[in-house]
Amino acid sequence: MIGTDEWVKAIRKDFPIFERKVNGHPLVYFDNAATTQRPHSVIEAVDQFYRTYNANVHRGVHTLAAEATEAYEMAHKKVAKFIHAKRWREIVFTRNATEALNLVAYAWGLHRLKPGDNIVTTIMEHHSNLVPWQKVAKWTGATLRVADVTEEGRLNLDHLRSLIDEHTKVVAVTSVSNTLGVVNPIPEIARWAHEVGAIVVVDGAQGVPHIPTDVQAWDVDFLAASGHKMLGPTGIGFLYGKEDLLEEMEPFLFGGEMIREVWVDRATWNELPWKFEAGTPNIAGGIGLAAAVDYLMQIGMENIEAYERELTAYALERLKEVPGIVLYGPDSAEDRVGVLSFNLGEIHPHDVASILDYHGIAIRSGHHCAQPLMRRLGMEGAARISLYFYNTKEEIDLAVEVLHKALEIFA
Amino acid sequence: MDIYLEYILDHYKNPRNYGTLENPDISHEEGNPYCGDVIRFDLKIEDNKIVDVRFSGKGCTISQAAASILTEMIKGKDLDEVKKLTKEDMLEALGIPVGPTRIKCALLGLKVLKSGLYGLKGWPGEEEEEE
Repeated sequence: MIGTDEWVKAIRKDFPIFERKVNGHPLVYFDNAATTQRPHSVIEAVDQFYRTYNANVHRGVHTLAAEATEAYEMAHKKVAKFIHAKRWREIVFTRNATEALNLVAYAWGLHRLKPGDNIVTTIMEHHSNLVPWQKVAKWTGATLRVADVTEEGRLNLDHLRSLIDEHTKVVAVTSVSNTLGVVNPIPEIARWAHEVGAIVVVDGAQGVPHIPTDVQAWDVDFLAASGHKMLGPTGIGFLYGKEDLLEEMEPFLFGGEMIREVWVDRATWNELPWKFEAGTPNIAGGIGLAAAVDYLMQIGMENIEAYERELTAYALERLKEVPGIVLYGPDSAEDRVGVLSFNLGEIHPHDVASILDYHGIAIRSGHHCAQPLMRRLGMEGAARISLYFYNTKEEIDLAVEVLHKALEIFA
Repeated sequence: MDIYLEYILDHYKNPRNYGTLENPDISHEEGNPYCGDVIRFDLKIEDNKIVDVRFSGKGCTISQAAASILTEMIKGKDLDEVKKLTKEDMLEALGIPVGPTRIKCALLGLKVLKSGLYGLKGWPGEEEEEE
């Protein structure tokens, strides 16, 4: 049943956007690492909130306020279940993964690091898990150490391990590269970090939507993700943090919602997770995210992972047929999700993307917010196909056909 | 695929006035940070006229073809005329429908030229809004 034509067809019916045409062709959406599409259930959950129980949370005693509060809290509980957190208090809603990673950098990093300490990260990070640590290092006098990739395009684990020592306080690493698609062995990396008393901060933006995530089994201290990359609305993401760490931390933003008692000269903080959710939160976004999580759990992350691996293997095989194509990252679909960065001969990635767009195929072109990795791999930019479980082999065939046409145009 | 027309591809594959000048009066290079495209203009100026021009750079078909076309538009022209060139003039000369996603590719050459000539900040066509 899983992965059959009927299975994918049924799934695609849940996504209204696949009814539209782009430049006269049915939409082929291959830009899922940038943002995914939304199923009816997510759109309807947001719509339903605004239409029938719109109110602020944690403030009123009236019926609508109670319903909104319950739905917003339930959203935290669903996310907690989805990533196997021990308690829902450990889930803080943020704008996106970037804000969640900044929260850790400011509220933990800035207060805990000092000269002589070091932060270990990797060259395959999205800018959001690199630049905040650059700033924390600069402000605290700590040093930043960056682990390399192997020639194959995987994280160089020997190098990473050699960078972790008794002065390491933070290991900041992505669970999946947004450029190479490789899946990093987070449990192993977490163990190395904990051996020296460091915390591990995981950017889960590309991993959480595609592979089963278990923060307890992996023993990670923090994990960040974005709702819009996993079928949810934009403007909502979350941070998972171990309860004791979150309890010890100072808040990130100050103001309403996050306080318990306020005097003119001092204040005390609300309980978790509200201590980190200052101001009126993105209530509709949280409710939409919960609907997205429901949808993903109903299909099953194991099924999504298995189907996407099959699609990725197929895409790798088919893309390799295109003359002059250079594919970045490992040659196999093992420990890899459907992120396929490539260059087509001398054709500029923008031109590749434009030609695909004429045929209704949406891909990304550019530096993918990972400029240090691009430089390391000796490329200025790349085209990127990124898949999700609603994509099909037929769509991959179509893209390959158009890439051949691009070669003819530029011949 | 109405942007990949024969003459656009021809300007891309066989760019006019490509290269650099020895002792240019003005040499200016800029890029578009979003896509990494870079263009440099070298200009030789006599009696307030552009007597020679070369461009060099790297980037997509649209940015490179537009710069090539622009060199042909400005060679031998009075600087006051060149200063008056607008975003619309550039798009008209390019002659293809450039959507919002590729507009900056089309205008990069003109931006670099104007920035080098008289320090234009921002993008051609946005001047009015800034003032």
